[in-house]
Amino acid sequence: MLQAEGLAVQRGGRQVLSGIDLELRPGELLGVLGPNGAGKSSLLAALSGELRPAEGQVRLDGRPLADWRGPERARRLAVLPQSPALEFAFRVEEVVGFGRLPHASGRRRDAEIVARALAAADATHLRGRSYLTLSGGERQRVHLARVLAQLWPGGAQQVLLLDEPTSMLDPLHQHSILQAVRAFAGHGTAVLAILHDLNLAARYCDRLLLLAGGRVQALGSPEEVLLPGPLKAVFGLEVLVQRHPERGHPLIVAR
Amino acid sequence: MSAFVRRPRVLLIALSLLLLLAFWLSLALGPLRLPLVDSLLALLRLAGVPLSGAGLEQAELIVGQIRLPRALLGLAVGSVLALSGVAMQALFRNPLADPGLIGVSSGAALGAALAIVGGSLLDAGAPPEASPTLLSASAFAGGLVVTALVYRLGRRDGQTRVATMLLAGLALSALAGAAIGLFGYLADDAALRRLTFWNLGSLSGASYARLWPLLLAALGVALWLPRRAGALNALLLGESEARHLGFEVERLKRELVLCTALGVGAAVAAAGLVGFVGLLVPHLLRLLCGPDHRLLLPAAMLAGASLLLFADLLARLLLAPAELPLGIVTALLGAPFFLWLLRREPL
Repeated sequence: MLQAEGLAVQRGGRQVLSGIDLELRPGELLGVLGPNGAGKSSLLAALSGELRPAEGQVRLDGRPLADWRGPERARRLAVLPQSPALEFAFRVEEVVGFGRLPHASGRRRDAEIVARALAAADATHLRGRSYLTLSGGERQRVHLARVLAQLWPGGAQQVLLLDEPTSMLDPLHQHSILQAVRAFAGHGTAVLAILHDLNLAARYCDRLLLLAGGRVQALGSPEEVLLPGPLKAVFGLEVLVQRHPERGHPLIVAR
Repeated sequence: MSAFVRRPRVLLIALSLLLLLAFWLSLALGPLRLPLVDSLLALLRLAGVPLSGAGLEQAELIVGQIRLPRALLGLAVGSVLALSGVAMQALFRNPLADPGLIGVSSGAALGAALAIVGGSLLDAGAPPEASPTLLSASAFAGGLVVTALVYRLGRRDGQTRVATMLLAGLALSALAGAAIGLFGYLADDAALRRLTFWNLGSLSGASYARLWPLLLAALGVALWLPRRAGALNALLLGESEARHLGFEVERLKRELVLCTALGVGAAVAAAGLVGFVGLLVPHLLRLLCGPDHRLLLPAAMLAGASLLLFADLLARLLLAPAELPLGIVTALLGAPFFLWLLRREPL
């Protein structure tokens, strides 16, 4: 499982993360919240091995991330970036099929997995379309299908890191995509997602990490983290926290 | 949508047949037209099959000494330029990238100018045609040196930044252009004429001696690049994305630059500057078969070779018995086609 110990990261001589201790748990969806520039994307980059920490270490299964061989790591750890720039006219199923590149599971099995991943990301109807003709939200769903295909069917050994997976989605798809991610985590995959919408985070995440100034401000269940005090301290926003009338999770309303 | 996406075999077979046709015509046509059958029989005689017939000895001489090395040169130059175009477009993740971007063409041109003009300045008595081997070697070395510089300038903190590399390539190409201009200014008329023709590209200097280094480079590129088709696909998503898919992106970029420098360097050293092939062929093929490198690479290789052979046929037939420089033909064919592509749909 993915663990960070005493993680500190510098970018261009600036300290963007310090003293981060974090463990992703199998089957759990961990939401990362924080204002712009809090270090959320740097955290994700450090956890994925993209950024080398100045201090501390990230371990996958107890082994430092840098010691993993590329394809071996890619079969265990997938990352959905914020805005992938693809300028070539691949068809949707080809893009999703790239998720199978680290595997040698055979063309038929890959095609089956691509179909399932597309269905999970509610993108089956996009099959056959050129990627360049898709809208921003459709592209986001295609890339989600790609990272799901990379880890398919998911399991307790695997880690999925999502950088704002719902940023370009309409309200219905924000919910359906997070439901799909939850269902995927249900097979054992540990998922970390950077989110901006506090209420989406409250509804779908098992644990929340509140990040500000490169440090952990709070880490715990939505009920423990989504309180007026910490939210005011981190976002500078006055909020009321109520209970969702049907589901019971915290419901955050700006004052 | 691309016509051949679902029928890759049909496209590859069609392109192979096209290449065979281009190769055959390249053996048969020229200032002295051989009957099509004779050109094949001459090839068989060259291979050691004891055939005899009217005019076959002359045909064997023409094919063996002139047209076969020329056709092989065209085949190698065309396929290497097209493959390198695909490689550079993947490296820069831009369908408009050209092998020249990393400085290999301008470096080779500088090396050639140095050999042509420097040679004639140092040894005014020698005929300017004296040293094709020195010219090729100098062009090849020039391409490698400038590319190495561009690559070095693009590196920072153990990472190669392709945007920096692109700008460094532009700057060094401008610098090389200035140096070539200076050589042109210093050159006598014979050297200047030779420099001009070299810059327009031609297969007319084909000989087996010039062919082998290029054939080796072409073979290396043609064998290595398709093995990286999956990695090239992933690279189009972005460097981080390719890393997350398990590819060693820094090594891949280094290999792509090296492969292009060797391939294009050898092609330019053997045939001078032949424009537009590396840009156009991958483009055209993407329209036909989509951007998947597993199909695009072999298809571009076949199509690049065919295009170059047909262009060379035009170059030797249009003004026969005189010859047009090859670069003029590829630009005349390529530029309007490219404009048509630009107008047809946003890239």
